[in-house]
Amino acid sequence: MSLLEIKDLHVKVENHEILKGIDLSVNAGEVHSIMGPNGSGKSTLAQVLARRETFVVTAGEVLYKGKDLLAMKPEEAACEGVFLAFQYPVEVPGISNAYFLRSAVNARRKYRGEEEMDAMDFIPYYKEKMKLLEMDERFMNRSVNEGFSGGEKKRNEIVQMAVLEPKLAILDETDSGLDIDALKIVAKGVNAMRSPDRAIVVVTHYQRLLNYVVPDFVHVLVDGRIVKSGGPELALELEDKGYAGVEGEAVRV
Amino acid sequence: MSLTTTTPELQSYLESFTRFEKSAPGQEQGWLRTLRQEGFARFSELGFPTTHEEDWRFTNISPISRTTFQLADGSAKVKARDLDPFRIPGAASQLVFVNGHYTPELSSLGKLPKGVRVCSLAEAIEHARSLEGLLGRYASFDRDAFIALNTAFLADGGHVYIPRGVVVEAPICLLYVSTGNSAPAMAHPRNLVVAEAHSQVTVVEDYVSIDSGVIFSNIVTELYAGPDTVVAHYMIEREDTQALNVSTLRIQQERNANVESHSLLLGGALVRNNVHPVLAGEGGECLINGLFIGKGRQHMDNYMLVEHAQPHCNSRQFYNGILDEQAHGVFHGRIIVHKDAQKTDAKQTNRNLLLSDEAQIDTKPQLEIYADDVKCTHGATIGQVEENALFYLRSRGLDEIAARRLLLYAFASECLERMRTGPVRTYLEALTTSWLPEGMALVQAAGAEVQRNWEELG
Repeated sequence: MSLLEIKDLHVKVENHEILKGIDLSVNAGEVHSIMGPNGSGKSTLAQVLARRETFVVTAGEVLYKGKDLLAMKPEEAACEGVFLAFQYPVEVPGISNAYFLRSAVNARRKYRGEEEMDAMDFIPYYKEKMKLLEMDERFMNRSVNEGFSGGEKKRNEIVQMAVLEPKLAILDETDSGLDIDALKIVAKGVNAMRSPDRAIVVVTHYQRLLNYVVPDFVHVLVDGRIVKSGGPELALELEDKGYAGVEGEAVRV
Repeated sequence: MSLTTTTPELQSYLESFTRFEKSAPGQEQGWLRTLRQEGFARFSELGFPTTHEEDWRFTNISPISRTTFQLADGSAKVKARDLDPFRIPGAASQLVFVNGHYTPELSSLGKLPKGVRVCSLAEAIEHARSLEGLLGRYASFDRDAFIALNTAFLADGGHVYIPRGVVVEAPICLLYVSTGNSAPAMAHPRNLVVAEAHSQVTVVEDYVSIDSGVIFSNIVTELYAGPDTVVAHYMIEREDTQALNVSTLRIQQERNANVESHSLLLGGALVRNNVHPVLAGEGGECLINGLFIGKGRQHMDNYMLVEHAQPHCNSRQFYNGILDEQAHGVFHGRIIVHKDAQKTDAKQTNRNLLLSDEAQIDTKPQLEIYADDVKCTHGATIGQVEENALFYLRSRGLDEIAARRLLLYAFASECLERMRTGPVRTYLEALTTSWLPEGMALVQAAGAEVQRNWEELG
């Protein structure tokens, strides 16, 4: 059984149909990349999987670990191991990163019936993950994303992912706006998370990140549909021909 | 003196005043007797304000003006253990007032540096300490009926005197306890804080209830911050939801004085919080910070009047409001920059979260600038809890209630973080957490935050 099984998913946002029948199967241990032009529905798909409730599913189903993902609230999906690295991470002034993240860790532990983690145990673990993403320890006590640069926000998302150890990680344009150094750091963080019992879905507009995080599968999303799927070489082909070229081919097929 | 209007309410104030004069402390001191009589005369002339007056447009005080109150006596019995929840750990001293009357057996004066005076105002008056020319010097009642009324009935309250160069690190707390009363009662606490040059002090006024009952507290605090002083003042209102509380904090700041006013309004039915600093010496700095959290039918009105009288001063006003159910909040931020006050830097920000469709906020800046080289900015926002932020927290595993509480706490903590770290802040952080509303209204879609920019008036 696949970790994630999307069948004929249709989604409306503010009365516009954005996803028009998505089929996708993702197994544990795999890295998938979903590529597509702006407005193709990539971010909508990512957010629906993280259970954003303002997006209305009009048809189809999504099974995650064999369970109905669409029946879950965002916090249930999170506690079941789904993680979304946001395209635009939200600033939460007044709440420190450490407090926020420990609350998140403990919410999951509580959900699984495990004992909560105290600050003494949490902080060293958190520091270790920050080190991996080359983030200054001082970020720990700063408010969540407040005053962070674009690159710092994205790195902070990956730190959160590393701390929360999801089963299914979805990265929504984590590469956009990163300079090459930051991109390499993020890629290192993501690669460190690759594991036989975890799946990673990388949503991106550009092929750039895929030079460093090499996917097992690439899917091309255009106008709410997956028009083509293939191996990592498809990403290069896209870079070469552009989305229009690939889409044209797909239509011919 | 003659009364021009003879409503039953004014008649009742006159009777109270006549009785009060017979036994008021220090009545044998001519200046004090005159001060009280002038206060009463002015109150009689002014009468209570109505919503037709600009400064009271958003606040209808008929629950005060149409009720007959009797002066609260000091007979109510309060047990020391009833006050346990209201003790701020780490305070240097705590004076306790029951319905406005100083109660020494509940108070602790603690150990204070030499020369520091912390006592009740009644005691200071009885000892004929040199309060003449000090009491009533800055809190002018000429145009303010509540100050006039307080001055008429001034008898007790807290008196804090810090001599030149003395630093008092631990906070000095004035705890005002209202008890249940069979009939509507009133109290007119009067506080006088004097910090001489180069001194440092933190004063906390804390208004609490231990029983439900209609009590009208009409408070005036005069705070003199001498040259190069560092003074922090905290106003905590957490009375019962039948309490009527009107307070005026009048701050006089001398050269290079650094003053902070922090207000935390949680309780009360009708609350009016007047903060009026005058930056009367060059180089003064004033932070006016506040948080109000209303629910039910609470009405919380914050009236700021910041006067820049001398050059090179800066003032910062930050008020955050959280309003749920049918609560009504008001923020009126008035800044006056007098013509000599060049290089003034005055800033004002009021942010509000409305958690229900019926909650209401009126926010109004009022800038009057008579100098030409100044920097004044102001802004106000009114919004709901953002769906986007809520989704972000929930996507990390926090349930909806926890996420919502965290966001509200974050909003509230913007104000808490402006307080200096120490025992008062720690205490208020815990207090605020316990007070934040739960459950609450539907989440509005992202982008509901309304940014309003106001035209400058001056």
